[in-house]
Amino acid sequence: MRRLLIWTPLALFAIVFAVVASGLLKPGDRLVHSAMVGKPLPQLNLPPITSDKPGIATADFGRGKPRLLNIFASWCIPCIAEAPQLMKLRKAGVEIDAVAIRDTHDGVQAFLQQYGDPYARIGDDKASTAQLALGSSGVPETFVIDAHGRITYQHIGDVREEHIPELLAQLEKAK
Amino acid sequence: MIAELGLAALWLAAAFAVVQVLLAWGAAKASRVTGERAAIAGVELMRALRLTTLVQGLLALLSFLLLIVLFIRSDMSVVLVAENSHSMKPLMYKVAGAWGNHEGSMLLWVTILAMSGAGVALFERRLASGTLAATLGAQAAIGLGFYAFLAFASNPFVRLNPAVTEGQGLNPLLQDPGLAFHPPTLYLGYVGLSVAFSFAVGALVMRDVGPAFAKAMRPWVLAAWIFLTIGITAGSYWAYYELGWGGWWFWDPVENASLMPWLAATALLHSVTVLATRDGLRAWTLMLAVVAFSMSMIGTFLVRSGILVSVHAFAVDPTRGTFILGLLGLYIGGALALFGARAGTVTQGSTFQLVSREGALVLNNLLLSVILGVVFIGTLYPLAAQAAGVQLSIGAPFFNKAIAPVALVLVIATAVGPLLRWRRDDLNVLLGKLLWPASAAGVTFAVMFVMTGATHLLTVLGLTFAAGLAVASVLPLGRRKLLRTPLHIWGMVAAHLGMAVSLAGMAADSAFTLERLAAIKVGDDVTVGPYRVILADVRPTIGPNWSGLEARLSVRRGDGRPFDLFPQQRFFSTPPTNTNEAAIRTMVDGQLYTVLGQGDDQGRWQLRLWWKPFVTLIWLGGGLIALGGLLALIGRVRRERRQADAETYA
Repeated sequence: MRRLLIWTPLALFAIVFAVVASGLLKPGDRLVHSAMVGKPLPQLNLPPITSDKPGIATADFGRGKPRLLNIFASWCIPCIAEAPQLMKLRKAGVEIDAVAIRDTHDGVQAFLQQYGDPYARIGDDKASTAQLALGSSGVPETFVIDAHGRITYQHIGDVREEHIPELLAQLEKAK
Repeated sequence: MIAELGLAALWLAAAFAVVQVLLAWGAAKASRVTGERAAIAGVELMRALRLTTLVQGLLALLSFLLLIVLFIRSDMSVVLVAENSHSMKPLMYKVAGAWGNHEGSMLLWVTILAMSGAGVALFERRLASGTLAATLGAQAAIGLGFYAFLAFASNPFVRLNPAVTEGQGLNPLLQDPGLAFHPPTLYLGYVGLSVAFSFAVGALVMRDVGPAFAKAMRPWVLAAWIFLTIGITAGSYWAYYELGWGGWWFWDPVENASLMPWLAATALLHSVTVLATRDGLRAWTLMLAVVAFSMSMIGTFLVRSGILVSVHAFAVDPTRGTFILGLLGLYIGGALALFGARAGTVTQGSTFQLVSREGALVLNNLLLSVILGVVFIGTLYPLAAQAAGVQLSIGAPFFNKAIAPVALVLVIATAVGPLLRWRRDDLNVLLGKLLWPASAAGVTFAVMFVMTGATHLLTVLGLTFAAGLAVASVLPLGRRKLLRTPLHIWGMVAAHLGMAVSLAGMAADSAFTLERLAAIKVGDDVTVGPYRVILADVRPTIGPNWSGLEARLSVRRGDGRPFDLFPQQRFFSTPPTNTNEAAIRTMVDGQLYTVLGQGDDQGRWQLRLWWKPFVTLIWLGGGLIALGGLLALIGRVRRERRQADAETYA
């Protein structure tokens, strides 16, 4: 009994050591997991911001084909950087809609003229309400909306060349 | 050049630590061999060992002083200085900057470790030479691991090429006179316990556990415990006035990291007394000595690895964490394995009756261990849960609920223990002695219960027990001639009284604190408790390395003389940070605590006001506890010196 008692501290320490070591050696999960992934697209009803394109309504999604929903703004520098990649996606046949955050008619018009226009529809989100409803906290962000109108993927930050295969794969999965 | 010298001193110190381990091994071996030649060799080896230990301590100190010089000179060609200092900083914070970061604080840690070893080599004359040699060897072995950590994972002397013209500053929260000296104080406590650890390892290796060993270890434990007490008390007060939330203990992992060694050291302090006086609790005392320093190392590890997310997480680095974890496994695991292998052969010391001083001290030890266990589990459980994939945090509600009842029983043990005689005592005599404390507690309970009712039962009990303990703690002075009472008895009385005072402060704070949040315009007023506070003015203000806003609050209590308080918001530019400087007015019966918050566009300012009756008792009690430790330390050292002199002349 006494012998057993004497070795208890070492046994306890070994357990603590193992727990701490496992916590330390396991690489930390630094990804932000979106709470909206897997959920249906929230109710959106955004007016148009340009004269030649319609606004955005939830009913436009989930019509049997997956679509990208891009959150952008004409005042956003990374959005300029990702514009060519969105154009590439468009040329590959991807349907892209957009929500313009805290933007103006003239701003968006000039942006599309200068950097290209991959969008089918652009909704005007003056107060970021749609952005918040989507669970997005910044620009640019890109959502994959599947054939049934559910959010299946959220890409935070600008879309770069290396992200395109992943986005295409996600779109394929969302069919 | 200075940086290179500092690094050289560090490497040299490490080299001397290697020599120290080898000499210690030789001296310990020689002490086991009989014969004249072995005796002479043993004496020579011991002399060399003491000298080596001393030199190692001085080299580490030199290295640390050179780092301070680099900070004073604002040498921006050193990475550490560039990252943590700024030429505009007041001199005191330049100096404090040397340990206000990971690398510097680890160097301070090792320096104190080496200096403690040097202290033992210089002053320790009672222990058998073999045990002393093993102790110094253990101390050097710990040092070696941390020298390696500094040299390979946390070198403070790395150069920056090209040098920058200006540094990045020091965390403004840390720019506070109290906090500048908080880490060194705590470290003296943490690392001072390494001596107890090494003593225990030495005693286990040489199988030499007894009163002489306990008497040799006691002053070191006391000294470390005093520094820990001061460090925790000061840290608590810093958090109280600097963080601006009016709380004084947050059960933050880092606070717990300092509390755990303190709890273990407190238990050790009491068990070592049993060992020194009555030759009892041998294995338990060894265990506690190992646990106390292990808690210090785990504390350092928790803070420095950033593995537990906390407000103190200004040094997050998993590589270093892994290195320190390896050292922890080596030292704690090694010591505990040694304990397992040897403690069985440590013969049982003297026995005693349940109702006796020893009995009360054992109860004290058990209760302290329970509290230590609760804090330990509460601090590390989130980590274990994380390993299992669950995110959770454990906060004040858990700790308060789990610890308060145990702590109250501990208060009873503290009150009763000093009134008992060693070996055995009579329960009836004890009950007679408890008449006064019990009456004081009873009256307090009645008064408090009538005043506050049953809603604050725990705080009522807290005040009740505090009153009982306060009376009981001074009883050992009764029937003694005060001037001839040994100093260590005064020390015990002061420390136990300090506990009562601190407990009273905690209970009063949680029962009677009044809080007021208001948004008012200049000229308006607001009341909190007995005070009427007028927001007289808000104006810009500047300091040496910050600018800010300062409110003038004109405060009046009833018809008393009005006085002004000046809470501030400070904006530091390097690095850009906002801090709130609370303005606190200390009265005899409590503190008025004021914080200036944000202004709005209609000219209103947020004010947070607290009236905290008797809150100061918390830290006053902490001070008393530390003072008690100091008296006991002086008393013990003087008494042993007198005894040693008497033996010399006999």
